Amino acid sequence: MGEFKVHRVRFFNYIPSGIRCVAYNNQTNRLAVSRTDGTVEIYNLSANYFQEKFFPGHESRATEALCWANGQRLFSAGLNGEIIEYDLQALNIKYAVDAFGGPIWSMAASPNGSQLLVGCEDGSVKLFQITPDKIQFERNFDRQKSRILSLSWHPAGTHIAAGSIDYISVFDVKSGSAIHKMLVDRQYMGVSKRKCIIWGVAFLSDGTVISVDSAGKVQFWDSATGTLVKNHLIANTDVQSIAISDQEDSFVVGTAEGTVFHFQLVSVTSNSSEKQWVRTKPFQHHTHDVRAVAHSPIALISGGTDTHLVIRPLMEKVEVKNYDAALRKITFPHRRLVSCAKKKQLLLFQFAHHLELWRLGSTVATGKNGDTLPLSKNADHLLHLKTKGPENIICSCISPCGSWIAYSTASRFFLYRLNYEHDNINLQRVSKMPAFLRSALQILFSEDSTKLFVASNQGSVHVIRLLEGSFKHLHTFQPQSGTVESMCLLAVSPDGNWLAASGTSAGVHVYNVKQLKLHCTVPAYNFPVTALAIAPNTNNLVIAHSDQQVFEYSIPDKQYTQWSRTIQKQGFHHLWLQRDTPITHISFHPKRPMHILLHDAYMFCIIDKSLPLPNDKTLLYNPLPPTNESDIIRRRTAHAFKISKKYKPLLFMDLLDERTLVAVERPLDDIIAQLPPPIKKKKFGT
Amino acid sequence: MVEEESLRVVRCGGSELNFRRAVFSADSKYVFCVSGDFIKVYSTATEECVHILQGHRNLVTGIQLNPKNHLQLYSCSFDGMIKLWDYTDGILIKTFIVGCKLHALFTLDCAEDSVFVTINKEKPDVFQLVSVKLPKSSSQEVEAKELSFVLDYINQSPKCIAFGNEGEYVAAVRDFYLSVYFFKKKTTSRFTLSSSRNKKHAKNNFTCVACHPKEDCIATGHRDGKIRLWRNFDDEKKYTYTCLHWHHDLVMDLAFSVTEGSSLLSGGRESVLVEWREAAEKNKEFLPRLGATIEHISVSPAGDLFCTSHSDNKMIIIHRNLEASAVIQGLVKDRNIFTGLMIDPRTKALVLNGKPGHLQFYSLQSDKQLYNLDIIQQEYISDYGLIQIELTKAAFGCYGNWLATVEQRQEKETELELQMKLWTYNKKTQGFVLNTKVNMPHEDHITALCFCNAEKSENPTLVTTSKDGHFKVWILTDDSDIYKKAVGWTCDFVGSYHKYQATNCCFSEDGSLLAVSFEEIVTIWDSETWELKCTFCQRAGKIRHLCFGRLTCSKYLLGATENGILCCWNLLSCALEWSAKLNVRVMEPDPNSENIAAISQSSMGSDLFVFRPSEPRPLYIQKNISREEVQWGVFVPRDVPESFTSEAYQWLNRSQFYFLTKSQSLLTFSMQSPEEKLTPTSKQLLAEETLPTTPFYFILGKHRQQQQDDKLNEALENELVQLPLTENIPAISELLHTPAHVLPSASFLCSMFVNSLLLSKETKSAEEIPDDVSMEEEKESVDSDEENNFTEEVQDTNNTDLGKDIIHQLSKSEEKELRKFRKVDYSWITAP
Repeated sequence: MGEFKVHRVRFFNYIPSGIRCVAYNNQTNRLAVSRTDGTVEIYNLSANYFQEKFFPGHESRATEALCWANGQRLFSAGLNGEIIEYDLQALNIKYAVDAFGGPIWSMAASPNGSQLLVGCEDGSVKLFQITPDKIQFERNFDRQKSRILSLSWHPAGTHIAAGSIDYISVFDVKSGSAIHKMLVDRQYMGVSKRKCIIWGVAFLSDGTVISVDSAGKVQFWDSATGTLVKNHLIANTDVQSIAISDQEDSFVVGTAEGTVFHFQLVSVTSNSSEKQWVRTKPFQHHTHDVRAVAHSPIALISGGTDTHLVIRPLMEKVEVKNYDAALRKITFPHRRLVSCAKKKQLLLFQFAHHLELWRLGSTVATGKNGDTLPLSKNADHLLHLKTKGPENIICSCISPCGSWIAYSTASRFFLYRLNYEHDNINLQRVSKMPAFLRSALQILFSEDSTKLFVASNQGSVHVIRLLEGSFKHLHTFQPQSGTVESMCLLAVSPDGNWLAASGTSAGVHVYNVKQLKLHCTVPAYNFPVTALAIAPNTNNLVIAHSDQQVFEYSIPDKQYTQWSRTIQKQGFHHLWLQRDTPITHISFHPKRPMHILLHDAYMFCIIDKSLPLPNDKTLLYNPLPPTNESDIIRRRTAHAFKISKKYKPLLFMDLLDERTLVAVERPLDDIIAQLPPPIKKKKFGT
Repeated sequence: MVEEESLRVVRCGGSELNFRRAVFSADSKYVFCVSGDFIKVYSTATEECVHILQGHRNLVTGIQLNPKNHLQLYSCSFDGMIKLWDYTDGILIKTFIVGCKLHALFTLDCAEDSVFVTINKEKPDVFQLVSVKLPKSSSQEVEAKELSFVLDYINQSPKCIAFGNEGEYVAAVRDFYLSVYFFKKKTTSRFTLSSSRNKKHAKNNFTCVACHPKEDCIATGHRDGKIRLWRNFDDEKKYTYTCLHWHHDLVMDLAFSVTEGSSLLSGGRESVLVEWREAAEKNKEFLPRLGATIEHISVSPAGDLFCTSHSDNKMIIIHRNLEASAVIQGLVKDRNIFTGLMIDPRTKALVLNGKPGHLQFYSLQSDKQLYNLDIIQQEYISDYGLIQIELTKAAFGCYGNWLATVEQRQEKETELELQMKLWTYNKKTQGFVLNTKVNMPHEDHITALCFCNAEKSENPTLVTTSKDGHFKVWILTDDSDIYKKAVGWTCDFVGSYHKYQATNCCFSEDGSLLAVSFEEIVTIWDSETWELKCTFCQRAGKIRHLCFGRLTCSKYLLGATENGILCCWNLLSCALEWSAKLNVRVMEPDPNSENIAAISQSSMGSDLFVFRPSEPRPLYIQKNISREEVQWGVFVPRDVPESFTSEAYQWLNRSQFYFLTKSQSLLTFSMQSPEEKLTPTSKQLLAEETLPTTPFYFILGKHRQQQQDDKLNEALENELVQLPLTENIPAISELLHTPAHVLPSASFLCSMFVNSLLLSKETKSAEEIPDDVSMEEEKESVDSDEENNFTEEVQDTNNTDLGKDIIHQLSKSEEKELRKFRKVDYSWITAP
């Protein structure tokens, strides 16, 4: 008989959507990623690649282009013809402007950040002026025959290159007229394809234009003469994306076969200044089309239809061997998509456009440690709740008692009351939500299911009392004066007295729910918070940050606990700090106050505060020797971190009761099986 | 006159042509390759061997053109010497004595008077690249002791070292790392590939390296078939490489095209030459089906030709546009020899297993493969672990009119695939054509097959013996063709003896008797009636070899057993004549004499015994002919009989004995001292033709020409040529020397030519000039042993005084016939 009975849940059929665009912001070291469902995610590359912000998708808003301007401002454009600017503070859409050129295929901000260029379906290239709070249409360039699929500014801002179908145009920005039209060879391996689509262009400061096209070519053009300089045939299929480094000494292209090629500018001989572009390394981290690539100073970033975001560091640019030097593959969002009603053993799964409610199966069998027990009752799919409208769900929650479900889209908040009559469920929407409850970034029920906490995107946290079939607004914790940063993580103490809320960057605020006032603020830390929880009885707040640090803060004492100070003094194990997925959930054992349970996508860990901390010499993973060895050795090697890597990728893990755990896994193979088939490649020897 | 020294075992032909990269001359007219202790110069246009540069006393390990004079060639050898040759004349110019074993040689344009060699100082596996300063001196032999160290711990193979960018750096690979030494900075950078035990990187070993001629780019080949192109390697941090992957097995060699370096050539076990244009993965060209693993690739300095060396001892000259233009094929030695050594009665070529599934015909005289006969006629897939069809037995019959071959493939114990093929010689196509194919001629492995080679037999007969206990007699019969023109082989008789395995068979010389051994028992059968005549049993172990005596000894039958007993039975008395304790490995009868050669195996080595069946006392014993086991031997009839007066060597008069050891070196016996061999006996003729117009030429050459003219005139006047005794017939050499356009008409010359063959009245010692032999002689000298067998070959007596040695005499009738020829009107020759 093992320590825990584990419900191993694999029926959460979550499919992330494919990546469409990637935009790297050099000034803030952030990466914006847009997916095919219109979701835009912001990753903080300095904070261990944590996905710190996200904008929910919209059915009609297929993003085709994404770009940063002026360092801070993020624009996207899509097939609905609108240019959208995002509010990075309030995490919502600032405004949308129709470009009146049909679907927009490409967009580029000028190097100085004052102008925005979009390429449209009708062949027009439109120039917009970026004003501090809006964008203003300025003028059209010479209209081309077919859609403009790619755009690139000359670094001086005087010329632009526009890739269309079968040709590349070079425009003079001042006059707006096309000065060159460079026709691309349609031939593909000797066979004339119907059309050659220029998927991407890049303008270098020496006047060279690099183009990638559907015939598998990477071509170098001289924009002054409009002639082809060099041709690299690199793939049998489309080359879909290109990104160039700021130094213009290397660039990266992605192909439809899932291969990413790195090109470098190397000198021909060591003692001559002549340089040439050389294809150096191919990387095959994707199975499907690489739709977007980005080039940060130290890494190549690629994303595509297979939904992974791959960050491949350039070893020669990495100074120290830390977590920057590791290849990372980000597949799952860094937030919770699962919530759990412990008492009723219910799981609520959040999808882009619906929610699913499942009741866990049960078993009467017992077995040894490690045994798989047969189910006496299978898991039940109780509810399939579709959203209304085209917007994606931002967040959802089920109350611990299982009788309330709340979820929110970008514009509406929904609250449902569930009644259980034997096997039937009665779902009843609570109508007449107050006007201020329009959208929420995080929803949380109190442990006794009498209170609802909603973090809205104005930085405020609403407290609502739930009654049978109705509700009452109790209070709104307003943000600190001057900040408009929205809260995205909430935690409530089991006794319902304390509420902790954290934003994207500032510290964690702790509110006293009884007195409805701010109790204290945990000192700000450099790295964003990835998970929060308040321990029962002691009311210690446990905070996990994206750099893998874990703090324990005593709310009553308004200071860090002794254990937290000790571990900060000694430091975490280096392998612990090298993990590359953030901790997404923290929970506690009701009977063992010294235990903290936490997990990320690849491991589940119980921190036993009573045991000594590991140092860098001890084995972090699997320190337990086989049971037949003497107890002394085990005790000597035992340390506070007990880690299990059995369940992965782990989306959610929580304690249902003292002896039961629930683990929600999402095997990558199941995701790949549901993707469209990749381009078939002949594999040698098969 | 040959002084008869002691008989020595010498290596004979068939040395590896693929040991090192071939080198082209600057004008691409010649290609050089190392071949054993010699260097061979081949013409790229005609595939003919033009010169053999001999002088090294051990294996030649490297050759390079002299960068300062493209008409000279450097070579290095295990004997510790670097030699400089004039390859157009085949003359040794200079010898530099380094002293230690030299493993590879490199030259550089910019290196002043020094070359680079690989040496091995202390430990057996640690090699160093050093530069050797070649002192300037007028003497023939110079000591070059000034070595300066360049790189340590390198690979022995010269493929693993390359000089780049006009000698700015040298790249060397070994195991998992690439080291680059920069001559100017005097620094070494080292780049290591991950060699972890996991599967993905386990085959990252470097196999070869090449440097781009213009750019700073190093190409390396790897064991997993990848080619990496390294750039920026002057910076140990910012270095980068590109991968090219087509080969599925290790990359054996790499070469950049010389002029621009725009294309990279690679080859490996796939036997496909790959040309990567502009170092792009998608832009490659192939030259497939080259026959065997590509071991080396070299590029001519002019860039118009490539040369690939293959594991089957072959070089292919390939044009720039990837078209093979010439094949230089040596003796194929890379597989087990199952068939043994045979002599094709027509071409006198040595026949043995060649390429997989082929029978090769190898000319011992010219050390060249004549042709390959594809026996199995199936695509050969060179993959490990595949069980291939093996050509196990072959035999010639009826003076080379028939060839029988047996092939087998055994995947499991019970699954034996067996096929016997009979080939007939087609005079029109001058080759063998398949006549009969017999599937499963026996139930089990065929142990021996032999033809009845008796002169009188009207019907060709073949006997096969097998482990299934039977021997079968196959005869040629009319096939079911109504014109009775098609012939085929059918089984005529099946014999067995007490279910013993049949192990050997042999026909007597006249074909009247057939001896078949059944394990320990020898049975004698009448070949007319297939009646069992008698049996011999000595209970001395299984019979391993069986043969009848010849000529005067044809009443004897010899058998060698596994227990080391050699028995001789008298067929008239049906009794054991004598027996001797000898562990016989090879027993070969000489077709031209009664002699039988037996090679025995002992722990010390192999010993040769030559004896006649009539007496148990050996004629000749040579102890320790080879340290290894001798697998096969054969007597090759001489074209021109020798006349060794010493009794011990008389057995070599009519035939020469060749044998093959386990490591597949082909050896023979020679009498000549090594010094004698080293004197250049090469063709005056060729040397004269290719003589450069030096001042010497103007003095000597003109003079000679004049002489020749005089002689010609003289000859014309007299219509009769005086034959000096010690020289070749001048008329013939005249004929061959004079350019065609200045020659008189053929009708005119013909009579003169025939005259020259006749005995002149004036010659006193008429019987001493064997004219027909000298004709042959002349022919001989063109492709005789001495020149082309670069080996330590018997120096025949040919060029020098042959008169005394020749035993053939002109008969009166022959003389008459020749005179008749003289009278015949040859004017028709001039007719158009």
